[in-house]
Amino acid sequence: MISLDLIESTANELMRKAAVEIPCDYLTALQQLTAEEEASLSCFVLETMLENYEAAETDGRPMCGDTGCPRWYVKFGNESRVEGGGVGLEAALRRATAQATHDIPLRPNRVHPLSRADHNNNVGIGAPEIEYGFEPDGEWIDITTVHKGGLFGTDYRMLFPSDGIAGIRRFFLDSLAAFGKRGLACQPAIIGIGLGGSKDACMVLGKRAACLRTVGDQNPDPKIAELEEELKELGNSIGMGPMGFVGKSMVVDCHIEVGYCHTGGMQMSIHAFCLSSRRATARLYPDGRTEYRTDPQWFTPYQRRETVEWLNSP
Amino acid sequence: MAKQSLRKIRLSTNPTEDELRALKLGDVVYLHGSVYTAREGVYIRVVEDKHPLPLELPKESAANFHCSPAASINDDGSINMGAVTATASFRFSKWLDDWFKVSGAKLILGKGGMTSNDYRRDFVPNGAIYLTTVGYGTGALLGRGVQRVRDVYWSDDLGLAQAIWLIDVEEFGPFIVESDFEGNSLFERENARVAETLTRAYEGTRPAVLKRFGETDDRTDELI
Repeated sequence: MISLDLIESTANELMRKAAVEIPCDYLTALQQLTAEEEASLSCFVLETMLENYEAAETDGRPMCGDTGCPRWYVKFGNESRVEGGGVGLEAALRRATAQATHDIPLRPNRVHPLSRADHNNNVGIGAPEIEYGFEPDGEWIDITTVHKGGLFGTDYRMLFPSDGIAGIRRFFLDSLAAFGKRGLACQPAIIGIGLGGSKDACMVLGKRAACLRTVGDQNPDPKIAELEEELKELGNSIGMGPMGFVGKSMVVDCHIEVGYCHTGGMQMSIHAFCLSSRRATARLYPDGRTEYRTDPQWFTPYQRRETVEWLNSP
Repeated sequence: MAKQSLRKIRLSTNPTEDELRALKLGDVVYLHGSVYTAREGVYIRVVEDKHPLPLELPKESAANFHCSPAASINDDGSINMGAVTATASFRFSKWLDDWFKVSGAKLILGKGGMTSNDYRRDFVPNGAIYLTTVGYGTGALLGRGVQRVRDVYWSDDLGLAQAIWLIDVEEFGPFIVESDFEGNSLFERENARVAETLTRAYEGTRPAVLKRFGETDDRTDELI
């Protein structure tokens, strides 16, 4: 049994880590891009961002003042049990969101869409989002928080098989051009792409591709991995860098996730995880141990399974 | 090597006309003095609903920051402010001419700027320029430039994110000069330079089979 106290205190710490510490995979990639960038304005922006990460860690303050919209991904090892069940878990995550928003502090971004009422704690109807996954075996649970910005860099389009790869390239470029100008997408970004599913599933896949995979990770399907690499190179060849200035640093990495879709369609969604790619994960065990990491390890063979039965089951 | 090629300037948050006139697109600016946050919540209240300002502007500050800080107010009234980052400004242009008249602002600080049409129509006649934050966003670096929070107004009515925060700053930056005294835009200059490479990248693609209303295929268009 995993205790609620452990869940709440770990969730509090995850909120802080996500807001303050840039994940090492993103940092290393940005250092590389900075070394390769040649345009002076783009260089200045990248160098300033690297200074900003240092300032955030040294001072213990959020790297960006727009601290995004906190959300949670919870994955259960199949043998795990949680004190208080799902209701207890959700209450603990909502409490941690409100507490950390005050204590760090984070920006209270969440408001009612019409009345604009703000509880000043990032909690409200449907906020924070909590999504679930399961994994065979294991008595642990993995808790990941992602604080993604919420305004620019995301789009969806119903494509069709006749649009083909050329249509995917086109929508990819359209989105970079639309949101890259003036740097609205806060690039260089990890671009996540969802292909297939239904409209809602496609958005979920693309967002998870952007937020739950690390820089350098490749899709295990070699054809998809090839497309990831091709789109990354394409994105970095449009002549645009950070803030939309002349440059070549646009895409830190490109991740694609697919889901089976209607036979007539090829849904596509695109998501940009920004210069403050805030994610933090912990694995919690029933004996009270907690292991922190920056790789959510969300997309496992089980999550991407294609068959009726889970063939690797024990 | 890149950094040395950009001019670095220290500027007051109540700058003189000569100081503003001397700024060039792409200059890097660090501010000292006081800045206040105001965005759509404040603009609607002041410009549309004609509420009087709760502080004396531009005497307190002529620098309007499009920002909601990452801040919280404790039960005893004390304030924690960690990071500050701008929000995208193009959404606020419709209120700005009236806002300049009411507030006397000379510096608009934000994310991403506005169009040169906005600058020529609203900024130039009011002697104001636009400074963009960098990144985005350098919330921790800007947070270091905050000396103290002098006051917060309308937080009960508008919430912490839309309230007016008046903050004293020193070595507050960096910002980049996005619009000059003539109303030119750095972003538009860069867009024009990117346009040709962007067009080349589109080679070998084709428009989607199913169109959408209101689309443009003009790569030089901005959608703001």
